[in-house]
Amino acid sequence: MDYFLELFLGGLTRGSIYALIALGYTMVYGIIELINFAHGEIYMIGAFTALIVISVLTLMGMNTIAMLVIAGVIAVIYSAAYGYTVEKIAYKPLRNAPRLSALISAIGMSLFLQNYVLLAQTSDFLPFPNLVPEFEFMEPYAHIIGSTEIVILITTAIVMVLLTLLIKFTNIGKAMRAASQDKTMSMLVGINVDRVISVTFVVGSATAAIGGVLIASHVGMINFYVGFIAGIKAFVAAVLGGIGSIPGAVLGSFILGWTESFATGYVSSDYEDVFAFLFLVLILIFRPAGILGRSEKHKV
Amino acid sequence: MITFDQIKKAILVSVWFMFLTFPIMVIRVNPVECVVEWRWMNMLLIGVGSFLLSFVWHYFIRRKELGTQKAEGGGAETIPLAQRILSKKAIYRPTLAVLGICALIFPFIFSLYQTNIMVTALIYVMLGLGLNIVVGLAGLLDLGYVAFYAVGAYAYALLNYHFGLSFWMVLPIGAALGATFGILLGFPVLRLRGDYLAIVTLGFGEIIRIILENWNEFSFGPSGIANIPRPSLFGIDLSLHAATIYIYYIMIGLCLFTIFVVNRLQDSRIGRAWIALREDEIACQAMGIDKAKTKLTAFSLGATWAGMSGVVFAAKTTFVNPASFTIWESIIILCIVVLGGMGSILGVIAGALVLILMPEYLRAFSEYRMLAFGVLLVVMMVFRPGGLIPNVRRTYKFEGVTETKKG
Repeated sequence: MDYFLELFLGGLTRGSIYALIALGYTMVYGIIELINFAHGEIYMIGAFTALIVISVLTLMGMNTIAMLVIAGVIAVIYSAAYGYTVEKIAYKPLRNAPRLSALISAIGMSLFLQNYVLLAQTSDFLPFPNLVPEFEFMEPYAHIIGSTEIVILITTAIVMVLLTLLIKFTNIGKAMRAASQDKTMSMLVGINVDRVISVTFVVGSATAAIGGVLIASHVGMINFYVGFIAGIKAFVAAVLGGIGSIPGAVLGSFILGWTESFATGYVSSDYEDVFAFLFLVLILIFRPAGILGRSEKHKV
Repeated sequence: MITFDQIKKAILVSVWFMFLTFPIMVIRVNPVECVVEWRWMNMLLIGVGSFLLSFVWHYFIRRKELGTQKAEGGGAETIPLAQRILSKKAIYRPTLAVLGICALIFPFIFSLYQTNIMVTALIYVMLGLGLNIVVGLAGLLDLGYVAFYAVGAYAYALLNYHFGLSFWMVLPIGAALGATFGILLGFPVLRLRGDYLAIVTLGFGEIIRIILENWNEFSFGPSGIANIPRPSLFGIDLSLHAATIYIYYIMIGLCLFTIFVVNRLQDSRIGRAWIALREDEIACQAMGIDKAKTKLTAFSLGATWAGMSGVVFAAKTTFVNPASFTIWESIIILCIVVLGGMGSILGVIAGALVLILMPEYLRAFSEYRMLAFGVLLVVMMVFRPGGLIPNVRRTYKFEGVTETKKG
């Protein structure tokens, strides 16, 4: 039973990380109907920035909690800046081009960012310090769930609540929902759609950066390639839940997290990545719109 | 003219990029030894570089906007240079003859090393032409194309290892296996549109690679299969040098065959159906084209070439392992198609030769290769989505017909 519980909570942690990345995918897709392939790379850049900031702060001799907060904030700022710039360079000039063009441009951006970090930093795995202290009240449960995992779960929950509030109740959230329904119409009623798209990229990138810092701290090492697979899996999660739907992305992420956790725990860990892809193929065959997505009619 | 406004804009851009690249470019950490290295030189480079690039970028964006305005204004459509040359028989026949002779005597003029590089480039020409069917003609973005290449290579390696089949026997088998896997991939993705398709095919490619890596009893795992025989000429085993030249001629032959078939396919009923599918799926169905059949043929006919070039690849390197078939290989092939021009046979050939030969001769910059490919994909899509040698649409022209007013 303990093993089951461990896998269950492990899946939950995994799922919440996927959810933080998947939210960015789903928000961007909801508005401009484009898979932002570079999203995983933004997550990786967030983690790298945090690592660099932590190393510099360690030399200056700062304590861990303050370091975690500062590194997290800087990582979020930089990821958001990267997300904004990527959109301006690679997607904005292609707003009216065929979808295939934008998709290829996104793949190019992803390739570029990976190699940019590879060349400017290193291709080796870098150790990432675990900044979350061991909580004392967690002692009796330490064999099932660690302190880092608790922090991940709580942070994810907070981010999701904030994001829901942003989209439901603020002006920019309303503008986002309007733009995702009909871009031309929302322009007619005075919404600056370009700005809405920029804000969406910034918010999505910021949540990805939070995910990046948390999982790097949990896993304990990063390199330039971590963003790619994480990005693909988060995309699988977003599709699973129904792309464009925010609760769907969260649900899909948890389902994917549990599937992977149980499959690696009970079947075999060699094929960890295969499960995610097989799952995706099965979902797309039987329910292409995802669990909470609505299927759209397409017109000529 | 460069105005004050543009300079102000460029300065803002350069400041923004200096801020953006600050942590990654300037600071380099070594967490093990706790050493931080500051590279201020890089910041200067980024600042100056982005200042200049900003001008170039805006210049081209403006030119592109002017171009679209002109096109909307009903300006005469200019035919690209390459197509104009092709349409004149007096020019293109001698050119073709010269190129043909060059290709034939190539291995006798240049060294073994050069011939080997050329064989690699020709393999990519074939892969590019195959992917061109799927991406360029049918408009289905396939990011798992390398899986079919792997299928071909492993088919030769395994069939030879277990049953001792020769190169010439496996070549058609590899092609058939490629086509079968193409259909296998095609079925689940029939209903998917662009972006979903990209991810699923990417997943398919990775699944094949992970299986090859982990299923030791079948594929000998990450260590791969060595000592694959080179093709023999009528049962005679050739020396290394002769075998390379022989493979070179096999590749020339296969490439010509591919070009011939793809060219014929493009103008056939099925080829026109692919193009219609690319332009608009629903309108295409309304015209009575069987969507499922058209997509499946695109996948399987595209994969056939990858299967065949996989067999040649295994015979050339005499060694296969899963590391040769990563997702980046698929993306390089995609780069070839995009650079050359989607749907354009001539373009894809040029793209493959440029992208594969250039890094070989610019070894000093080899670490920047993938970085450059990434930039290439974005820049091509933004400024020249048609590629270097764009495909020209087949159009019917009514020349010498005067319009008569309808009564």
